[in-house]
Amino acid sequence: MRTFQRTFTYLVLLFLYIPMVVLAVASFNAGTDPAVWKGFTLHNYSELFADGVLLPMLLNSVIIAVLSSLIATVLGTAASIGMHDMKPRLRSMYMTVTNIPMTNPDIVTGVSLALLFAFAGTLLKMKSVLGFVTLLIAHITFSLPYIIMSVLPKLSQMDPDLQEAAMDLGCTPRQAFFKVVLHEIMPGVISGALMAFTMSLDDFVISYFVYGPKFVTLPVEIYNYTKKPLQPKIYALFTLLFMVILLVMIVMTMLEARDEKQQTQRRIAFRGGRNRKEVRG
Amino acid sequence: MSKELIRLIDCSMAFDDEIVLDSINLSIKNEEFLTLLGPSGCGKTTTLRIIGGFLQATSGDVLFDGERINDVPPYQRKVNTVFQRYALFPHLDVYENVAFGLRLAKLPEQEIDERVTEMLEIVSLKGFENRSISQLSGGQQQRVAIARALVNRPKVLLLDEPLGALDLRLRKDMQQELKRIQQTLGITFVYVTHDQEEALSMSDTVVVMDRGRIQQIGTPEDIYNEPENAFVADFIGESNILDGVMLEDYVVKFFGRKFRCLDAGFEPNEPVDVVVRPEDVEIVTPEKGQLTGTVTSVTFMGVHYDTIVDFHGFKWLIQTTEHHDVDEVIGIRLGPDDIHIMHRSEYSGMFGDYSSYSEEYDEMNDPDLYPEDLSEDSSESEEGAAEEGSET
Repeated sequence: MRTFQRTFTYLVLLFLYIPMVVLAVASFNAGTDPAVWKGFTLHNYSELFADGVLLPMLLNSVIIAVLSSLIATVLGTAASIGMHDMKPRLRSMYMTVTNIPMTNPDIVTGVSLALLFAFAGTLLKMKSVLGFVTLLIAHITFSLPYIIMSVLPKLSQMDPDLQEAAMDLGCTPRQAFFKVVLHEIMPGVISGALMAFTMSLDDFVISYFVYGPKFVTLPVEIYNYTKKPLQPKIYALFTLLFMVILLVMIVMTMLEARDEKQQTQRRIAFRGGRNRKEVRG
Repeated sequence: MSKELIRLIDCSMAFDDEIVLDSINLSIKNEEFLTLLGPSGCGKTTTLRIIGGFLQATSGDVLFDGERINDVPPYQRKVNTVFQRYALFPHLDVYENVAFGLRLAKLPEQEIDERVTEMLEIVSLKGFENRSISQLSGGQQQRVAIARALVNRPKVLLLDEPLGALDLRLRKDMQQELKRIQQTLGITFVYVTHDQEEALSMSDTVVVMDRGRIQQIGTPEDIYNEPENAFVADFIGESNILDGVMLEDYVVKFFGRKFRCLDAGFEPNEPVDVVVRPEDVEIVTPEKGQLTGTVTSVTFMGVHYDTIVDFHGFKWLIQTTEHHDVDEVIGIRLGPDDIHIMHRSEYSGMFGDYSSYSEEYDEMNDPDLYPEDLSEDSSESEEGAAEEGSET
């Protein structure tokens, strides 16, 4: 039974990662046909870095990902704090509303945003409204729920007395947030930001509906490439992209593990069993 | 000691129609150790939080040094709080936790250092400056919390069940420690607890609360010896609480017998609650006893035996150093100062019967009990006691 379980796990992992392995191998293949191995080469990579179109697109993608995840993190954290202070019923209502965009099909979100921007463009009497700004707004929009999803639980885990203790010692509410609360919820803020970053970096569907010809992100550009036969340098690009995402995910997991360890230590230090719900006597 | 520092006037608090505090009036003197004592949900923490500024009373006023401070936020009040679960800042070490308030006040670095070092010495945590909070034991965290509050030299320190999370030994040590710190620094302490022993041993003044109301305010001795009603008598120490009738000044009747007591000022024939503390009962032979009863259970408690005695259906707890066998018939004598009389209250009949102590189930008691005395007035008190006894 045990060997079966283990084999099964390996099989699942294999199926999950085999496409990536094939892609990575293909990126080092000297031939153009991925089915035939013609020897190891870094040619595809050098060609990629010499490419005048793909790299600027990658830069565009990174700019959008960094900006949108930063702005979404600030907005999402602020929203989480507001929601945390709500009464439980109102809060769960808000949670549902903010979670819908996550389950909403991307294509619906993309089309609706495109419509909204077109509408706004007509109101503002602008010829072509689609471009950097619309792309940024769209990415912030779909990132927000992920930030809230990872910050809100941190706020509920936090000892509510901490904020009061800070105010008791002379903090204004704003100081209490920056000096104490922010430190407590930081792991959630960071993992939310990283998640938003990766979501933004690889988003195609929504971006496709709201991008303008002057500012194209990498996934959109690659889609255009796929209409022609795929060039091996694309394999190299994908491999690099995969490595970046993998790195981000590893950092995220490590942060979470560290945070969990700290929490456990804190609980042990408190001699356990004291997390009973406090009765306000 | 005599100057008034804090006054609560008619403070009420309601959360969504649920009344948590009901017109509290309280005066706290300077340099006093005042304890708010009561079961959970009695409103004691709410009262503390109103003084700290974390809650605003629904109605009523809070005065500090004669000034109304209802709308003053916590960060502008001259009080500091020790929280129930300490609420230390996990991202700061011991030193920075204690220095937190001083840094906010923008004191010069040298003064901060002096005061933090001095305070860590007072709470016996010298050498722990660079420890992280998660490396400390519960008792040490407790001390950091106290140091962090006291280093700001508040006029009042609010403590919300600060010893609740510690084990018994440590709690006893910390009780003395807290009392010592309070006396050394001459700071007013407002202390919240549900532990009556803690309240009695540490406080100058005890405020007993229940159901959002103050039941009694007094010195620990007053509260123990002269409880105002059945709730206080039962909550503070052990009490046998009996139904009685005050026949005239200094004479009370219960269990169909007249007893001399030290209480006066009641209406003639006023129904009252009679308190007899378990340690005040003198056990004698049945012939010499004013009342006779049967021992139903005996528990060895170390210093004394908890002896449950059945007086025709109503069970008393008697604490005695002598052992009596179960089923032994004994007599008891009560002197005038062993009896304390209280006015009837909403709590009458709810406390003070020890029937639940015994596994034995008592059937209806004998209605012909002391028939000669019962003739005077159909003594509802006696019936009340009888019903009590059979209820369990």
